[in-house]
Amino acid sequence: MGRVVIPVGPQHPALKEPESFTLYLEGERVAASNVTLGYNHRGIEKACEGNTYIENLYLIERVCGICSHSHSTCYITAVEEIAKVEVPKRGLYIRTLIAELERVHSHLLWLGVAGHEIGFDTLFMYSWRDREVVMDIMAMLTGNRVNYAINKYGGVKRDVTDDQKEQVLKAVETLEERTKYYIDVVYEETTLINRLKDVGRLSNEDAMRLFASGPMARASMIDRDTRRDDPYLAYAEIPFNVITDDHCDVLGRTIVRAKELIESYKIIRYVLKNMPQGEISAKVPRRIQAGEAFARYEAPRGEDVHYVRANGTDKPERVKLRAPTLANLASITNMLDGGYLADVPIVIAAIDPCFSCTDRAISIKHLDSGRENVLDFEGLRKYSIEWYKNQGFDASKLNKKLVL
Amino acid sequence: MSNEEKITAALTQKFSFLEGKCNITRARRVWVDVDRNHIIEMLDFAKNELGFNLLCTITGLDVAENLEFIYHIANKEGIVINVRTNAPKSDPVIKTVLGVYQGATYYERELEDLLGAKVDGLPEGRHYPLPEDWPKGQHPLRKDWKRENLTQKIKTEE
Repeated sequence: MGRVVIPVGPQHPALKEPESFTLYLEGERVAASNVTLGYNHRGIEKACEGNTYIENLYLIERVCGICSHSHSTCYITAVEEIAKVEVPKRGLYIRTLIAELERVHSHLLWLGVAGHEIGFDTLFMYSWRDREVVMDIMAMLTGNRVNYAINKYGGVKRDVTDDQKEQVLKAVETLEERTKYYIDVVYEETTLINRLKDVGRLSNEDAMRLFASGPMARASMIDRDTRRDDPYLAYAEIPFNVITDDHCDVLGRTIVRAKELIESYKIIRYVLKNMPQGEISAKVPRRIQAGEAFARYEAPRGEDVHYVRANGTDKPERVKLRAPTLANLASITNMLDGGYLADVPIVIAAIDPCFSCTDRAISIKHLDSGRENVLDFEGLRKYSIEWYKNQGFDASKLNKKLVL
Repeated sequence: MSNEEKITAALTQKFSFLEGKCNITRARRVWVDVDRNHIIEMLDFAKNELGFNLLCTITGLDVAENLEFIYHIANKEGIVINVRTNAPKSDPVIKTVLGVYQGATYYERELEDLLGAKVDGLPEGRHYPLPEDWPKGQHPLRKDWKRENLTQKIKTEE
């Protein structure tokens, strides 16, 4: 039988972000595959070289919409190491608290996406409902549901009050109860197990050889977690277990993420109980002394690494970042090949991929007119109202204000 | 003797050219300067004898007349060796590390696209991360590169 070539992406309903896969099918099986990346490269590393450290903090936070705190903390840790700044312990604890809440938010989001990809939309509805709980907590602590912007050089911007601690603990209690239910589902629900078992297999050797990272690696029996191995923030003082699993398939990845949620709740409780009193930030000069540092961070999707070189001015010489998905994509063809076409969406989703942070901007300049394609907020608003008007829907008549 | 010191001792014992080239900056961070001709044997030893089996990424930098490359390799204990090497811009060739670290393809393609390095031994393949129709000889992470350098039109919606 001849091979059928199926392109998936760059724009495809099964992909949440632009990336393209070429699948060579023999019958229903994927005989070979390859992946093309780079559709969302935003040139952030280049932009960082022209920005001040303060501006970069805001830019780096926007590398990813989900793990924004991961990127910002990883970057800031490297800069603070170069500047030889000691962040007050309370500041580190607050950063750790946000980091774990972000992991909870990310893993619950993933669980929903995974449910959706296998036609288990009830799970999607449930876990996204629960995700609202943690997002409300984030909004309460930082003022934002995403892009929390809690970090500043030398510490954090906002303190955590006793009343807020109470609310976080209450939310964690609710979430823990629900997560336990999800773990039961993952271990006992036969339809789910049969759908995920042996799908997207990645052997321990391949995971090791191709640098799989985060829950992907841990579901292939690689006992690796940057929080424990190369501790940053307050993790050296916090007891927690690194979850591994020997299924080496999508089921294993689901188990690892579900159980990691429980560990995150433990860490959040520990952080709240043992948060030291005192200052939340130290003073950092605008100019950072010359030097370089390499920081690692266990983001929800795997290991995030940042390298920063400073040249003594208020702008960095070089900022290099590598998001976890790039590490995990090296093994994607391994997982797709030999599997069914129908499994492709869940196998891709099981990486918990974040292509936009894997790619990093080029602002498009029209050569003929010299006009740049950069819109400010007002411009964007006007453009969208016009666009919808042409579609026959007049949004300018709506005067609905967001009530908080 | 700390673990970091044991590692630098093992490196200098094996490779005499590393004498005085190893530097421990803090717990779990070691920096090593290597000539580009010795990089593969050094990485091979670090991976197979010292257990540095994770290549976190490769950083490329534009430093005056040279391109600088830093291979960030890590072991199970969380120790990172940052292996630094150089190549002049007039001859920006480094050897591929795919023989040692098989997951390094994207990292090396990125060096080729963004910095204009030539990675010797890297198999032909698609660009990463720049598009296929990106003009030749334009490497955005070179310090002298500016957006205005793009003379060839890139596809836009208009």
